[in-house]
Amino acid sequence: MKKIKKIKIKVNGKFKSVPENYKISDLVKDLKIPLKKVAIELNQEIMDKKKISKIVLKKDDKMEIVHFIGGG
Amino acid sequence: MKNDKIVIANKKFNSRLIVGTGKYKSMSECAMAIKLSGAEIVTVAVRRVNITDKKKPLLMDYIDPKKITYLPNTAGCFTSEEALRTLRLAREIGGWKLVKLEVLGDKQNLFPDMIETLKSTEVLAKEGFKVMVYCNDDPLMAKRLENSGADAIMPLAAPIGSGLGIQNKTNIQIIRNQTKLPLIIDAGLGQASDATIAMELGCDGVLVNTAIAKAKKPYDMALAFKNAVIAGRQSFLAGRINKYLYGNASSPKTGIIK
Repeated sequence: MKKIKKIKIKVNGKFKSVPENYKISDLVKDLKIPLKKVAIELNQEIMDKKKISKIVLKKDDKMEIVHFIGGG
Repeated sequence: MKNDKIVIANKKFNSRLIVGTGKYKSMSECAMAIKLSGAEIVTVAVRRVNITDKKKPLLMDYIDPKKITYLPNTAGCFTSEEALRTLRLAREIGGWKLVKLEVLGDKQNLFPDMIETLKSTEVLAKEGFKVMVYCNDDPLMAKRLENSGADAIMPLAAPIGSGLGIQNKTNIQIIRNQTKLPLIIDAGLGQASDATIAMELGCDGVLVNTAIAKAKKPYDMALAFKNAVIAGRQSFLAGRINKYLYGNASSPKTGIIK
């Protein structure tokens, strides 16, 4: 059986191991992120949420997924 | 008073009270306090999604952004870069253009860093944001912000969360006289009467968080602030009497029994 190669990325400051050819949309799905209520940054660049199914994550990529919380 | 609306970036609002959504015991307490305050705009912070605990309640599930205007802020940002990054992300979440810029300069007194604030205002205005700017109660800086494209000037009453009330009424009045932009007192109010004073000085609105959220009875205080803002606005529009050094009897001097 062919072993799936994994890469390490960082999501919201935490390391995460994901398979190769893993897209941002896969991450959003796996983490059950409510896409309409968040913004996504990849290596400090804001992602167009309509295009995340086309972006494949690479080793050492840094993702930030943010939303609104209570604040003054 | 019925048609006395506050206009911010071409949008009309009935309530002149803006409420922060931080420091409440729970989301439901926050939502109820906002309802009682009558606020139509609430400030919100931009933070990382908790990816390990997905059961954490979401603000948007308690406060409907379709009914209440979300005003994303940059609380916790100490540089222009951090603030710009935060607000660009905020815009991406839901197309928000109306934002509150706040660039802090000192961790203890939480005063704004006005150099970084001014720089950020210029960039944000150019990028099409409608920027409500948290600033010092300095008339010169307020003027520079206005010239840089700010949509509202929001000077502090006192340090954030201090509850001290308006410390420099003179400066607030000078800023009032020089600007046609919405002038909103932001930060440092402690009780409802502080809001009345701000409105009586001619401010267009007040922004309150801690004074409501940390009151012993937040719901009662939310209501008190709602009424205080209305009272202060009415008092301002009614026009106060002149001040005199000596007494001036209210009853006629004639017809006194002897």
